[in-house]
Amino acid sequence: MTWRMRGLAAVAVLAAASAVSIVAAATDAEDHAADEIRKYRQMLEDGNPAELMEMKGEALWREARGPTGASLEACDLGLGPGVVAGAYAQLPRFFADTGRVQDTESRLISCMVALQGFTPVEATRDWYRPGSDLEALVTYVATQSKGMPIRVPVSHPEEARLLAAGGELFFRRSGPLDFSCATCHSQDQRRIRLQDLPNFLNPADARASMVTWPAYRVSQSAVWTMERRLIDCVRQMRWPEPAFGSEAIVALQVWLQHQGEGGELQSPGIKR
Amino acid sequence: MSVRRRLFGLVAVAMLASSSMAGASDSVTDAIVREAFATATPEEWRDRLAQDDAQALCSRHRNLPPPEVAAQILESQRATLRLPDDGRLMGDWRAGEKLASIGTGGHIGRIQPDPPGRAKGGNCYACHVMAPGEVAAGNIGPSLTGYGRLRGNTPEMQRYTYEKIHNAQAFFPCSHMPRFGHNGWLTPKEIADLVAFLLDPASSVNAGR
Repeated sequence: MTWRMRGLAAVAVLAAASAVSIVAAATDAEDHAADEIRKYRQMLEDGNPAELMEMKGEALWREARGPTGASLEACDLGLGPGVVAGAYAQLPRFFADTGRVQDTESRLISCMVALQGFTPVEATRDWYRPGSDLEALVTYVATQSKGMPIRVPVSHPEEARLLAAGGELFFRRSGPLDFSCATCHSQDQRRIRLQDLPNFLNPADARASMVTWPAYRVSQSAVWTMERRLIDCVRQMRWPEPAFGSEAIVALQVWLQHQGEGGELQSPGIKR
Repeated sequence: MSVRRRLFGLVAVAMLASSSMAGASDSVTDAIVREAFATATPEEWRDRLAQDDAQALCSRHRNLPPPEVAAQILESQRATLRLPDDGRLMGDWRAGEKLASIGTGGHIGRIQPDPPGRAKGGNCYACHVMAPGEVAAGNIGPSLTGYGRLRGNTPEMQRYTYEKIHNAQAFFPCSHMPRFGHNGWLTPKEIADLVAFLLDPASSVNAGR
């Protein structure tokens, strides 16, 4: 008998003979945690704290700011200058003026630099702090795609390049724990401790996850954008921190959005 | 930073550009990774971003290596197996129980690094059901409840368990499980404590129904 078979046999014996009560207890705990989050979600249905961020973001979008004293209302998020509705559902995408595929965060920064005269450093300062301007702006932009299906363009060669790279990055293992995104996110119905993990190889799971970003995170008392989520995943993998707005993070988003294509956005979401 | 250290760093980056990363996958993705982590130190590049052969092969084959690649990984990883110098494979199960719950340590970066010297553990509970009393257990790996009760704790079983924690890929190529000993995440003593947590008849993992 191989070790693998022994292991399987052991699991079978366990399930049949001794683990019924354990499984029941674990299920109870999960149900309890899931129940609490469901209740919390219901409670906040008419008042997700992310809506404060949305309002702040909308005000920032319209306010004349920066050295040039311009608003962001002429910013082109991919659907034409000033068009916010539906833009998030089609990001990241290629922008001819910067020659890059950009996500919502990096596109907003380009606009803050080009229209308002901020330096890139000023535009990204403290982006990860709860309540940051960028967090608010992304929340506002994403909310204007609520109810619309995710559909990122992949026809431009640069978009196709990042889509392929994103898929490779998802499986790229390194570091002292040998982790990649796929370690936690390539099987159905898996958990870390009691935290459910979406399987991004399964389109239904990918859709269900991607439509909920950006999300108010109860444990963080803050809205996390997709960049924030991914950069923290990389931290948890014990890798160094990737640069905010780097191509690697954008490529992962192109791939993830593509996996979640067709999902109707519910932004902003609310999570543990 | 001494000149010698700087030179070493440069050598590490050069090595990375030429050998390790060339062995990974295609150069497009490698270039993207280099750009994203441009501010990582040479040490971080060497230890956390460059891929060894097993990591590169598992990435390229998306953790499903064809038989000949699986055999190659198995052979190279078996060659890394080391038993502790003092020969002690079973340590203190209570110390192992603590290590199984510790999920902190080793985080780096600017936003939320761990304080220096923060305890690292095996964080086994993130992925495995173990002692029946701990219900907040993950399921990326198989349940290990009753591991020793079901298998006994013969010297052979102790050795297998130790080696499995030391380098899971010496048994299952491209396993999701970290190579705790091989990568230096856990010390030989810590692995022996985890072996005891799994195999000691008194351990909470093996508590009766």
